[in-house]
Amino acid sequence: MTRKTRKITPGTESRIAQVLLITLALAFLAFFLMLPLIAVFSEALKQGIGPFLDAVANPDAFSAIRLTLIIAAISVPLNMVFGLAASWAITKFSFPGKNLLLTLIDLPFSVSPVVSGLIFVLLFGAQGLLGPWLSAHGVKIIFAVPGIILATVFITFPFVARELIPLMMEQGKEDEEAAVSLGANGWQTFWHVTLPNIRWGLLYGVLLCNARAMGEFGAVSVVSGHIRGETNTMPLHVEILYNEYDFVGAFAVASLLAALALVTLVLKTVLEWRFDLHSGARH
Amino acid sequence: MPSMTTRKTTWRAPSVLPGFGLTFGFSLAWLSLIVLIPLSMLFIKSAGMGWQAFVEVGFSERALTAYRLSFGTALAAAFVNAVFGLLVAWVLVRYAFPGKRVISALVDLPFALPTAVAGIALTALYAPSGWVGQYLDPLGIKVAFTPIGITVALVFIGLPFVVRSVEPVLADLGKDVEEAAATLGAGRAQTFARVIFPAILPALFTGFALAFARGVGEYGSVIFISGNMPGRTEIAPLLIVTQLEQYNYDGATAIAMVMMLVSFAVLFTLNAVQSIRRKRLGA
Repeated sequence: MTRKTRKITPGTESRIAQVLLITLALAFLAFFLMLPLIAVFSEALKQGIGPFLDAVANPDAFSAIRLTLIIAAISVPLNMVFGLAASWAITKFSFPGKNLLLTLIDLPFSVSPVVSGLIFVLLFGAQGLLGPWLSAHGVKIIFAVPGIILATVFITFPFVARELIPLMMEQGKEDEEAAVSLGANGWQTFWHVTLPNIRWGLLYGVLLCNARAMGEFGAVSVVSGHIRGETNTMPLHVEILYNEYDFVGAFAVASLLAALALVTLVLKTVLEWRFDLHSGARH
Repeated sequence: MPSMTTRKTTWRAPSVLPGFGLTFGFSLAWLSLIVLIPLSMLFIKSAGMGWQAFVEVGFSERALTAYRLSFGTALAAAFVNAVFGLLVAWVLVRYAFPGKRVISALVDLPFALPTAVAGIALTALYAPSGWVGQYLDPLGIKVAFTPIGITVALVFIGLPFVVRSVEPVLADLGKDVEEAAATLGAGRAQTFARVIFPAILPALFTGFALAFARGVGEYGSVIFISGNMPGRTEIAPLLIVTQLEQYNYDGATAIAMVMMLVSFAVLFTLNAVQSIRRKRLGA
């Protein structure tokens, strides 16, 4: 989508009005978005770099970082595979009930994070539907890593699919049909025709999925049990430190997450400029 | 449609591309396993507890207070975001100013920043000794640990929904209609009110509803700044967590169910409005 360049026409605000509106918008953004971001780094470095490094190098912080990376490394590929499969089925074929399927894929976006955690507790918790069976077989899901992974996969479920479906819809299926008619099989068509067409869109979806997977708080908080060194992810560790009034520690770990958010934003913006991935908006 | 062959008619339209069974089957299985079966637990659990018990917890005095707070603050924040989100989108689409691309990228910060990080940063800013709080406190304005603080957190969380919904519609809006209005003697304010605003109203409404729905379920960014005083600053998602911590699964389920039904009602209304809009546009 290209934006038309505009020359000054009768239907444009006066220069003063423009400056006024721009100033107001920037002031709002500075106050509501920039200020909290600056506060994170400033609070983390309040007592200098030494306490900051101590807080980050702390064994509990370290195990939280490791767990967060493990959770993302498992849940993001799962949703990537799902996103690819779902968008292939939805965009390359026409079948009844497609809109219903699209709505169902979006469902996790409209569920509160806390409720997303709750449903897994109801299913696998000690008093949950499968709880007695699980404990009889010595399987622990709630208050353990598998529960955190399930909740994270649920929360990030739509990200990759939502990015790919509009993109593949737009690209149509002529390329794939040509490949198949030239004798390529399904996998060849996917690897050599579809994947090169969608790789940047896929990366974009994976990027957003990853940011959310690493940063999720509510859903993970419900299923984790907050066991230090075992089921504590980075956002949960931030909460624990904060509630213990260890503000430098909390903001130090938080600043790592904020840095991750900034990297995500930069990469996302680069992808948008470079490959013209939606100049518009979806979340 | 390509020419219909004598192929046996199936429930989906015929296609030369392979892989429908595999991708559709996998998508449906994964969707059921991760989303549909866990979510259905809410309904199963609610049905199992009986109407009496459901109403007792789901509509208890404490729960009603929490709903009022959650829906009230989410509504207030969505209104603020509708006004300033429109302003930000307008400025980003219509005007040129230095640093515009950075500002545009920054708008997505709330999507990328983990909610717990936003929560502790906002609390640090608005606490009576914080950067912003120290100026508001002498004026008798308390933000942190009051419903105003909750609203501030929800403004942060919801802003990108409005900006990203309005932006593409505003960018696609033809200048010719505005020029026609100007030629016919309409002032700038009149053109905005009569020509531009009606055209972007549906998108603005979408953004408003998305920000509202997100705000109602929001947990991570709110629980730090709200202070969590039962009956005063206890939001509905927190009440769910409190019930879970007391192993009151029924209570947690009832509250979650009420919240979810209201959220779905909002989204249903949103979709209805969208389809009316599409029909009116004749698409």
